[in-house]
Amino acid sequence: MSLDTNTVRRIARLARLHIPESELDPLASDLSNIIGWVEQLSEVKTDGIEPMTTVVETAPHHREDIVNDGGNSSKVLSNAPDSIDGFYTVIKVIE
Amino acid sequence: MMTSGIDLKYLTISQANQALNAGDYTSHDLTQIHLDAMAAERNLNSFITETPHRALAMAEASDKRRSKGESIGPLDGIPLAIKDLFCTEEILSTAASRALDGFIPSYESTVTNNLWNAGAVLLGKTNMDEFAMGSANVTSYYGNCINPWKASSGNLVGRDLVPGGSSGGSAAAVAARLALGATGTDTGGSIRQPSSFCGVVGLKPTYGRCSRWGIIAFASSLDQAGPITRSVRDAALMLAEMAGFDSKDSTSANLPVPNYVESLDGNIKGLRIGIPSEYKLGSMPDEIEDIWEQGRNWLLDAGAEVVDISLPHTKYALPSYYIIAPAEASSNLARYDGIRYGLRVEGEDLIDTYEKTRAAGFGDEVKRRIMIGTYVLSAGYYDAYYLQAQKVRTQITNDFNSVWKQCDAILTPTTPSAAFAIGDKMEDPIAMYLNDIFTVPASMAGLPAISIPAALNKEGLPLGLHVIGPAFTEQMVLRIAEVIEAAAEFTASPNINNIAAG
Repeated sequence: MSLDTNTVRRIARLARLHIPESELDPLASDLSNIIGWVEQLSEVKTDGIEPMTTVVETAPHHREDIVNDGGNSSKVLSNAPDSIDGFYTVIKVIE
Repeated sequence: MMTSGIDLKYLTISQANQALNAGDYTSHDLTQIHLDAMAAERNLNSFITETPHRALAMAEASDKRRSKGESIGPLDGIPLAIKDLFCTEEILSTAASRALDGFIPSYESTVTNNLWNAGAVLLGKTNMDEFAMGSANVTSYYGNCINPWKASSGNLVGRDLVPGGSSGGSAAAVAARLALGATGTDTGGSIRQPSSFCGVVGLKPTYGRCSRWGIIAFASSLDQAGPITRSVRDAALMLAEMAGFDSKDSTSANLPVPNYVESLDGNIKGLRIGIPSEYKLGSMPDEIEDIWEQGRNWLLDAGAEVVDISLPHTKYALPSYYIIAPAEASSNLARYDGIRYGLRVEGEDLIDTYEKTRAAGFGDEVKRRIMIGTYVLSAGYYDAYYLQAQKVRTQITNDFNSVWKQCDAILTPTTPSAAFAIGDKMEDPIAMYLNDIFTVPASMAGLPAISIPAALNKEGLPLGLHVIGPAFTEQMVLRIAEVIEAAAEFTASPNINNIAAG
């Protein structure tokens, strides 16, 4: 299957990646090659085969429902672009 | 290099530990000589960040413990390099991406924390492919790392070679004697392939053996941390400290950590070693076929049995990997939106800010994989690609499960070639992906696997052998690896200044 530039533009929008118009064609060709190559999977018979969910079965574990960490607001804020009174402040992300 | 009786050319972690215990030199001496070697070999670009002050402070603390008779184990005072995918508290942690420009974690990954609790010394953070996506260390925002090995004949003479990837800086640093050992992470071969290219030992443990907490995520169902060292014994020593249950990683295995070193008894009599027919590629170079045959004979000589086996879905491992890993990556990397930390590029509106930030933050290969991942997860394509790939993954795992009735472990080459030149295989992503053809199946099944340097090819470049075992059989895998190591007598080292001077 080959991906056209419209599909690449749509996927780029879904992935929140700005791709300049001039790069859409070469990217479409790269992605088409990769998708064309992975399509060989369609020849594998998978009737009645469950999709993998857990590769190495390990028993799920529970921990005590206790507070075991916290009080680190200055550490938590150390990578924040900005903060006010111990709160994270970011650009407006809700319209 | 010879200083204070330390000869980096031959030194291993276990030998350094003995020398430290005997008082032949201090951890401070050992650390300083490695920092000097790192400074002398900066042209390799194997480190993104060097941490000399932290290293010397940790070394002095170790020396103090030892002088009081309070040494805390075989890694106490041992200088190590850490892949820049591990978050290290108060030290820049980048995943070799511009997206994490200036990111200084306020926490320490569980694996590195375990190493510091064992007394190890942090030399610095190593170069890698961006977000661990690559097989040549050429996708790093910080520039490619160079393999310390050079071809002695043939058409690669005079060219800089790739160290492999994604843990290229870690493998190069260990090969160049800039660190006694290093951490790597392996998603589809990122520990084993660079270890093979650089002539060192690289172990990918069973999925869940080491905690993933604090390791910057690429493909969470595949990512696993492991050691890169100059001997199998050293890999056992490092794994013993890195491994263990961690309540902060829900996929971490709640199993005791065995004594890996104790299991290195050299006895593989009666073990059945499987040789999978599907790994015999038509295009396989003679040198790879020869070393594989040699490995088979070494194991026979040591008393193992060799059996022909079949893993019928092998050829589908790589294409299914290149659906599943990008799918998980597209989800994991959604967090790099420029809002809360890392790089931000202001746009005209919020969406534009997201898109420009991510376009500037990610390199071409990362973008390609995010695009593939987004595509195979998108409405209308999910069943045909992602779900089918997960079913194929089940069949790859079933192949291994049924073959364990016939054999105890599997022997293959690690890679289909020796190291190639920087710039080669850049035009065709699939040619680059094929580097991992022998390492990806074990990753897909979550199995432990190790690469051991086995020989030099006729151009003077290292080739590795690869041993795969059932889940949680690291003890046996290491034991077989040590038998190969002993038979191979691989003592060659790259011809670079800090080694040649010794």
